[in-house]
Amino acid sequence: MSKFLNVLTASAVAVSVLATPAMAENLGLGRAATPDEIAAWDIDIRPDGQGLPEGSGSVMDGEVLYTEKCSVCHGVFGEAVGRWPVLAGGDGSLSDDRPVKTVGSYWPYLSTVWDYVHRAMPFGDAQSLSNDEVYAITAYLMYLNYLVEDDFVLSKENFLEVRLPNEDNFFMDDRADGELVAFAKPEICMSDCKDSVEITARAAIIDVTPEDADARKARAARLGMDVSESEGAASAGEDDATQEAAASAPAESGEPALDMALVAEGERVFKKCAACHQVGEGAKDRVGPVLNGVIGAPFGHVDGFRYSKGLLEMADEGMVWTEDNMAEFLRKPRDYIKRTKMSFAGLRKDEEIAAVIEYLKSFSE
Amino acid sequence: MTVSDKGTKPSRRAFLKGAAAAGGTLAGAGAAHAAGDPVITELQPWMQQLGDGVDVAPYGKPSEYESHVKRRTVEWLTADPVSSINFTPLHELDGIITPNGLCFERHHAGTAHIDPAKHRLMINGLVDTPLVFTMADLLRFPRENHVYFLECAANSGMEWRGAQLNGCQFTHGMIHNVMYTGVKLRHLLEEAGVKTSGKWVMPEGADAAAMTRSIPMEKALDDCLVAWKMNGEALRPEQGYPLRLVVPGWEGNMWVKWLRRIEVGDEPWHHREETSKYTDLLADGTARRFTWEMDAKSVITNPSPQAPILHGKGPTVLTGLAWSGRGTIPRVDVTIDGGKNWHAARMSGPSLDKSMHRFYFEFDWDGGELLLQSRAHDSTGYVQPTKNELRDYRGTNSIYHNNGIQTWYVNKNGEAENVEVS
Ligand code: HEC
Ligand code: HEC
Repeated sequence: MSKFLNVLTASAVAVSVLATPAMAENLGLGRAATPDEIAAWDIDIRPDGQGLPEGSGSVMDGEVLYTEKCSVCHGVFGEAVGRWPVLAGGDGSLSDDRPVKTVGSYWPYLSTVWDYVHRAMPFGDAQSLSNDEVYAITAYLMYLNYLVEDDFVLSKENFLEVRLPNEDNFFMDDRADGELVAFAKPEICMSDCKDSVEITARAAIIDVTPEDADARKARAARLGMDVSESEGAASAGEDDATQEAAASAPAESGEPALDMALVAEGERVFKKCAACHQVGEGAKDRVGPVLNGVIGAPFGHVDGFRYSKGLLEMADEGMVWTEDNMAEFLRKPRDYIKRTKMSFAGLRKDEEIAAVIEYLKSFSE
Repeated sequence: MTVSDKGTKPSRRAFLKGAAAAGGTLAGAGAAHAAGDPVITELQPWMQQLGDGVDVAPYGKPSEYESHVKRRTVEWLTADPVSSINFTPLHELDGIITPNGLCFERHHAGTAHIDPAKHRLMINGLVDTPLVFTMADLLRFPRENHVYFLECAANSGMEWRGAQLNGCQFTHGMIHNVMYTGVKLRHLLEEAGVKTSGKWVMPEGADAAAMTRSIPMEKALDDCLVAWKMNGEALRPEQGYPLRLVVPGWEGNMWVKWLRRIEVGDEPWHHREETSKYTDLLADGTARRFTWEMDAKSVITNPSPQAPILHGKGPTVLTGLAWSGRGTIPRVDVTIDGGKNWHAARMSGPSLDKSMHRFYFEFDWDGGELLLQSRAHDSTGYVQPTKNELRDYRGTNSIYHNNGIQTWYVNKNGEAENVEVS
């Protein structure tokens, strides 16, 4: 480690020394990359501004874009909805018991914000923002962190004038100087090392361990307890809750019988939706609307949920959710509803689509 | 086994019931059964009827009695299963190799499914000739095989403030150990010709997260691999099929999956995964960056909370895993009394550089309470610290690189719990 860092900081040398002798083994494989190919993929930005494209964007424009494309997850003020990442606040909290690490409180460089938003956000629709839009949203994230005023415009030209407050509080890995020395113990005690041992903390007190039915039943089986129930359940679904939900729904509704195996499979697929949707008793609107009774209901079936314009237009045409159009929607949400707010790429497999629809049907009202 | 399989095979279901009933009788009566064990004295279905033909499982799967051996998630950890983590069931495994289907997953925009015919690897930046390789091109380079562990820097990260999760799957399961086949990154860089100003490389993923990390040229030219096989077969999609970077001994986040590009530069990029994430916040509010190497660490996998002692007192096998990002593990110490007395564990299996190592300690359990710990020594002389020794340097906010000694408390019933001791 230390040897390694020295070489790095002592600059120059290493590369040419190591690279040169082997050049003779050049195999002539691959082909030259074209300038267009490089331009398409080489989108990275560095703190010194390398890679920044021409363009600019204002806090004002950023607010509109952010509210439309980012706030469903990150919150209107960057405070985050649920467990999605927080983007603003936390100033001065880094040495607190519960530090809040955000673009404003923690990130060292603004170039990182530009690069990351451009390459990976909005989640599920990466690389859909234009350069000007990324400048505008970056400016707005600064505004949300009280780093600029509301008339600020960020551009390639003034980018390097901006500094984030926490830049100087990062330093190079220094384990080699402290921990590695302290923890290298040539003589270590092997017997009578302490007089007494007390338990100082226990996981059981704050037990947050997820226990699943399979694990419980495997343990029961190893103990030689009756496993006749468990074998069936372990292979039929995820856990007891699935079994219950799947078993109770059709009897009450009087609907044509559901394929329970498919429902159980659909409950598993629904995990992909659960970040944004709830279904079942006590379900609430989250990023997406409650999905109880959605099959057979008109588009935009939840009163008071803020649907996209595209979806509301289809609702105005009197469209109703059927198994068929739901399947089409779930395959490619953005193709089916223009500019839908559902930032979800879609389900790839027909079996998954059929299963999740069967699952939703089990919550018909 | 899928749900629909099950539904269409009533005969098998009936068979299971029968087997279970037999098992129940056995457990209930035990040795008192004068006539003998019914699985011996009575003819069992598999002893009489024909089994599956060779055309039933073109790609074989584990026994149906092993369905509990699986990756598990902790739902409250993240907002969305698409950017989340699951954990390797270490307590169910032995030896040193992790089976491909059980290797923990961490991705940031879901598992990408990429047609290898449409996959390219580009090398650009400070090189003489920017190059593009197809998968077929890569197969024409000299190959190497190496077994390496991949540990997420956040493994055990939920335990900084105290014992929290009950099970080594959850406390230590963000790790796997696999044999990789691939080409040395060095060969590919040489093919493009690194300019003398090239001091860093930046791998980039082809998925919707387009993951990037800065890696110093020294490491890139030393032992990094561009790999397409794990344990002999193609990478699993969730491990980066068709191509991933292997960065031996360094934190898992750098092992970019779905690898599509490597840029050579003269400075690090300071991207999101090396600033906002994977920097270690210390108690005073400053943060370490570029903490790439994984410190030596070990954990007892059995007994542990998910794998209690079920056989009562008498001969007992304790086993676990140890690894170091700086070399091999020549020695592991084990204690059963919370650190008053330590014993040298028995190492078994190959001792490979930057690979997991397997250790055992056999003892005669007296049926009393136990406080189990293991302590790894690596080939540099580093000894795994206690959690409190580590907190003295790091505080409790750093999330990453928690390699402190793990303690399991075992009660008189053989049940284990995650605890910390003085
Ligand atoms: C559907 C929910 C969703 C939407 C919409 C979304 N994001 Fe994100 N965002 C995420 C998730 C999830 C992550 C973390 C991804 C990961 O694990 O790597 C994230 C991470 C980020 C981060 C890094 C946070 C950190 O602390 O490291 C930034 C900055 C960000 N998003 C900005 C944006 C912007 C700007 C937009 C709108 C253009 C946007 N996001 C839209 C879900 C979302
Ligand atoms: C990233 C968040 C997100 C994910 C993941 C997601 N949705 Fe949605 N969903 C939304 C939002 C937001 C809307 C509202 C769409 C609009 O207004 O255009 C929506 C709308 C819908 C609707 C229309 C509801 C109505 O009342 O008309 C259905 C049906 C639906 N989602 C089903 C699903 C299913 C099934 C899945 C999983 C396969 C899923 N969604 C995954 C966010 C999400």
